[in-house]
Amino acid sequence: MAADALVELENVHFARGPHTVLDGVGLRITQGAIVSIMGASGGGKTTLLNLMAGTLAPQAGRIRVAGQDLQTLNLEDLYRLRRRMGMLFQHSALFTDFSVFENVAFPLRRHFRLDESVLRKLVLMKLEAVGLRGAAGLMPAELSGGMGRRVALARAMVMDPMLIFYDEPFTGLDPISVGIIATLIRRLNDALGATSILVSHDVQETFSIADYGYILAGGKIIAEGTPDTLRASDSELVRQFLGGKPDGPVPFHYPAKDDYATALTGVWAAGEAI
Amino acid sequence: MAFMEFIPNLGRRTLRTVPNLGTASRFLLLSLFAVANRHFSIQQLLKQVYGFGVRSLLLMMVAAFFTGMVLGFQGYYALVRFGATSALGTLVALSLLRELGPVLTALLFAGRAGSALTAEISSMKATEQLSAMEMMAVNPLAWVVAPRLWAGIFVVPILCVIFDLVGIFGGYLISVPVLGVDGGTFWAQMQSNVAFSGDILTGLFKALCFGLVVTWIAAWQGYAAQPTAEGVGNATTTSVVTASLAVLGLDFILTAFLFT
Repeated sequence: MAADALVELENVHFARGPHTVLDGVGLRITQGAIVSIMGASGGGKTTLLNLMAGTLAPQAGRIRVAGQDLQTLNLEDLYRLRRRMGMLFQHSALFTDFSVFENVAFPLRRHFRLDESVLRKLVLMKLEAVGLRGAAGLMPAELSGGMGRRVALARAMVMDPMLIFYDEPFTGLDPISVGIIATLIRRLNDALGATSILVSHDVQETFSIADYGYILAGGKIIAEGTPDTLRASDSELVRQFLGGKPDGPVPFHYPAKDDYATALTGVWAAGEAI
Repeated sequence: MAFMEFIPNLGRRTLRTVPNLGTASRFLLLSLFAVANRHFSIQQLLKQVYGFGVRSLLLMMVAAFFTGMVLGFQGYYALVRFGATSALGTLVALSLLRELGPVLTALLFAGRAGSALTAEISSMKATEQLSAMEMMAVNPLAWVVAPRLWAGIFVVPILCVIFDLVGIFGGYLISVPVLGVDGGTFWAQMQSNVAFSGDILTGLFKALCFGLVVTWIAAWQGYAAQPTAEGVGNATTTSVVTASLAVLGLDFILTAFLFT
């Protein structure tokens, strides 16, 4: 089991100023799996992804990717490791002054001196895989949200990475695009023999493709397991999250200083919390 | 009471500013030396030189033309009282070469190309393009910042030369055909009183320094901007204001050191 772990986090702590984002997170992600990390918005999911990609450093704890301890790597080694990673950003992050073709070709051009005909084949192959070979000449501004996400997916895959991160891949897309992206994530992960880590709060779509899931709340992993195990969980917090219930362990109301009745009858001074 | 608050406020501001200045200086050095990085591209540099130059050229020429003409009028007004209008060519040329050329070029460059540069880099940050680059193992300092920084350093002295030439031509048009100063005297006085190293090179050195400072401030403001729409707007405004003040402040320091 230990030999199969591609990503391992041990007791990771991360804070932004006085605000603790992650408080002792530990997880292990096995090779070839699609693993989802779910949790409420602002709960530290993207931070966790950035820590695993080495774009942020934890204040405490250890993060190992492909057997390498990220904290001990220098920038050059980190960049070398990142050449084997891909990331799909929440807003696609396509280069607006490059065409679709050049966006996908960008990592190849920067890292390899390929013959133009070879490069063309590689790029068109990836665009064909996401169904957008016909859009190769378009500019990012001419694409719909779903198409942009697919181009970004082709770009994340173009170096045939061993590890792919997805940051909220379904957010802001129509149901058809969500279905397409979900199918592509599963199909491309299996075709490349890669490992995918997917951060999302879209429970249904995520569970339809994930092999394993973690639920993050209050800076800690509160539950983990296969989608079926998580669905069967008797934890109230897990059930509130998966069922989308407005109130529960995560309260509907933002905490107030006094009770509602006092607030209605009391005199309110400008600037004072109600 | 206000004074008691002033001291801790000053301390807090200083404590905030000093590390920022350190980070910005580190950013400058890393970006300048990123020319050695394998992701630095000469093509990108030429693209930026072309973009900065063309974007600012017409503006520079119009501004220089009017500045030269105004210098012709004002210089004539001052010199005619002493019967020294023959020195008008020298006055126009020295004012432009030593002072107005570099300073106005840098101020206009900050307003035109500097603001566009800040907006571009901060938008790239807000739309995660810089993070995407890092994830693709491409150093954004080498691919995005370094070509723009070096382009600014190259372009501002070139624009300054154009500014000087157009300005002198504007001054000539007012002095000779309009105000009746002798054309031969205008050019001859200028030729004998303008020193190549003392005046022309001094001006170009100033322009080079201003180019570095304006582009540095513009790139840093973009790179350090909050990744939101408001952050992009704020960074652009701060970039122009800071760069303009920095040019005027640095101009005083350089003038004091280079004054002979």
